[in-house]
Amino acid sequence: MVSGGRQFLGINGSGFISSRRRFMQGLAGVAACGTVSASGTWAAAPPKAYTPVFFNAAEWNFLLAACDRLIPADANGPGALALDVPRFIDQQMTTPYAQGAQWYMAAPFVQGPDNLGYQLPYPPCDLYRHGIAGMNAHAATRHARPFAALAPDVQDDLLRAAEGGKLVFGDVPSAAFFDQLLANVMEGAFSDPIHGGNTGLGGWAMLGFPGARADFMDWVDRYGAHYPLGSVSITGETA
Amino acid sequence: MSDDSRRLKPVDVVVVGGGWAGSIMAKEMTEAGRTVVMLERGPDRSTAGEGAYPASIDELEGNFRYKLFQDLSKNTVTIRNNASQTALPYRRMAAFLPGEGVGGAGLHWSGVHFRMPPDDLRLRSRVIEKYGAKFIPEGMNLQDYGVTYEELEPFFDKAEKVFGTSGEAYKVNGQVVGQGNVFAPSRSDHFPLPPLKDVYTAHLFRKAAEEVGFHPYSLPAANASQQYTNPYGVQMGPCNFCGYCSGYACYMYSKASPNVNILPVLRRHPLFELRANCHVLRVERDSTGTRATGVTYTDADGKVVTQPAEMVILTAFQFHNVRLMLLSGIGKPYDPVRNEGVVGRNFVYQNVTTSVVWLDPKVETNQYIGAGGGGVAFDDFNSENFDHGPLGFVGGSPVWVNQAGVKAIAAAHSGGPPGTPRWGSAWKAGMIDTYRHSLRIDAHGANMAYRDVYLDLDPTWKDAYGQPLLRMTFDWKDNDIRMNRYVVDKIGNVAKAMGARNVHLTRREFGKPFDTRQYQTTHLGGGAVMGTDPQTSALNRYMQSWDVHNVFVIGANAFPQGTGYNPTGMVAALAYWAAHHIRTTYLAHPGPLAG
Repeated sequence: MVSGGRQFLGINGSGFISSRRRFMQGLAGVAACGTVSASGTWAAAPPKAYTPVFFNAAEWNFLLAACDRLIPADANGPGALALDVPRFIDQQMTTPYAQGAQWYMAAPFVQGPDNLGYQLPYPPCDLYRHGIAGMNAHAATRHARPFAALAPDVQDDLLRAAEGGKLVFGDVPSAAFFDQLLANVMEGAFSDPIHGGNTGLGGWAMLGFPGARADFMDWVDRYGAHYPLGSVSITGETA
Repeated sequence: MSDDSRRLKPVDVVVVGGGWAGSIMAKEMTEAGRTVVMLERGPDRSTAGEGAYPASIDELEGNFRYKLFQDLSKNTVTIRNNASQTALPYRRMAAFLPGEGVGGAGLHWSGVHFRMPPDDLRLRSRVIEKYGAKFIPEGMNLQDYGVTYEELEPFFDKAEKVFGTSGEAYKVNGQVVGQGNVFAPSRSDHFPLPPLKDVYTAHLFRKAAEEVGFHPYSLPAANASQQYTNPYGVQMGPCNFCGYCSGYACYMYSKASPNVNILPVLRRHPLFELRANCHVLRVERDSTGTRATGVTYTDADGKVVTQPAEMVILTAFQFHNVRLMLLSGIGKPYDPVRNEGVVGRNFVYQNVTTSVVWLDPKVETNQYIGAGGGGVAFDDFNSENFDHGPLGFVGGSPVWVNQAGVKAIAAAHSGGPPGTPRWGSAWKAGMIDTYRHSLRIDAHGANMAYRDVYLDLDPTWKDAYGQPLLRMTFDWKDNDIRMNRYVVDKIGNVAKAMGARNVHLTRREFGKPFDTRQYQTTHLGGGAVMGTDPQTSALNRYMQSWDVHNVFVIGANAFPQGTGYNPTGMVAALAYWAAHHIRTTYLAHPGPLAG
């Protein structure tokens, strides 16, 4: 195994062989979405065929490109595309959460200091609509191309500008959109695959999170020993 | 009252809220032969339903879609840092996470189960005895509870036996009996169960704290270390450190909850009736205003219903109890300008910061293994266990490793060391390293009460039923910030003894306002406090309204100021304490229990 893999596993020498085997098994599970190059780096993968329900074509292209920058495939493990994070986000947009069902959305909407929290009249689905349109409009104005068609380092600059609140999309501060996007990207990469992301349990495997194992009775006081079991999902999928 | 309102058959007792306090009070009142109706605004819930494995082992649903928590779309609070600001609605869950549904926050809590330190119960008296009255900063409303540890001890003991609490005693009946917390007061009995095993990080913290000269002990945990049958005859299974406590119903039946430890018995009692999805709008009073006649609520079908009762016991979450008192005109609302009135006075929070310690990359900290109430703490800088004289602040902070099970989405959000980007390859590397090789140490400090920190009704925003939201006026004060910074420095010494390769000490910053966007703790307190003076307390020492004697109010709202400990053990003991006095005195002679 290459040094990149060793770093990714983050284990001591004695546990290395069994972990490596798990790693290879995990690899097989996500082979359809990503490949590991000879250098041990996870290559960016084309997303599996999926027809978005919520996002239109332009929005979907943005989402694919942004996800690929937020969690890129690298020596540490798969990226957001191999983990089907865009699919996760699209599916979330069909749940009550996307409509702000759990948020207090009564008027009036008065803006105040940042530390008093979110005060916009937009639920998650609206933040995506306004935010993606804003990002693409900004990209078109500055670079004459939509976000997805820009070079990765230019995309990173735009995402950093949005993160820092340096852009404004109508009445949506870019940081509000960026925070929504980043939060959902993290959820998609690391939640149970039952929700549409974390394909092949790849997010959990790179983190060393056992998922729904939920029983460490025999391991709680085995201090310093490497936990030998891989991840398992709610439906029983393993990695 | 609207046209479709209905008036139901009277009952002896209405209990408002189906959490720990409500379940304890309902159990006690049915034992006393009283008919009890429990009204819970959220849905019915059970461990067999919401806790079923493996569906319940879902971090997205549990901690990010707040399956078991309050529905903010119907009712929330507004928040501001000071009275010159416009308070704005708390629109999304973040800083604190109140519960909803049968079991309340007692279904999704972690399980840390403390007794209140004796000095905390009489903190004003203790501070004056030790340092003089001038030691109390201007604007701090420091008060005593009006009840002593000795008086509460039998009820702390009872609550621990009902909860099946795991822990190790230091002193029982004045004799040193074990390796428990050397600062803890004597107990009448051991914990019902031995302490939970230390997870690896707690084990390392215990060793290091000892080496530095502190006095580590096992956190008292309402997570059963062994199989257990409580005095009500219900059974708990042994905790397997699954890591899904906070935000979840425990699939192992190991974490104490009203749903596991009390309600299975209560639900079968012929004198008890539970009504879920019933949102109480107000307590009704007679023409004199000094006696409650029942409550009016909106039922699951949206009908407005009045339930007459001889006695009303408010057992909702801390700030909902305060709001119901304000909406019902029970007790004089607090006026911060004149420092008069009592309902809304002494609103407090908890002063928690979490520091991170990175160990050698060869050390795997297995942060996914955990029990919500488990871990190792030291109390050397909590309560009045240390000399505040030269330090010039009031209050203290236990320090602990309470590894409750860090899961993947939370790890992704936490990211890497400070300065690491929040995304991209650098984030990925830092986040994975942090998850695999770090541990977290909390300074879980007290927050004192101040004249200009309070609760009242918001003038602008309303809930789904057309009633004003509760307004919080809250900010951190210099006394509490200095306390936090003093204690966090001690964490640095422990981290060094652990052989840390990197340490990030998180201190509260002067001038940085309370931030509603970051989770801190759900341990809110005060606002309708207990005491011996009706000018400074809404409730007497038996949790009874000074003004409306057949209204009792049980919750952390009764705490006159914050504490370094988690509140549930104290709330449960206060419930049993109040119930004892209702049963032994009030039921035979209804009227004020203190004058």
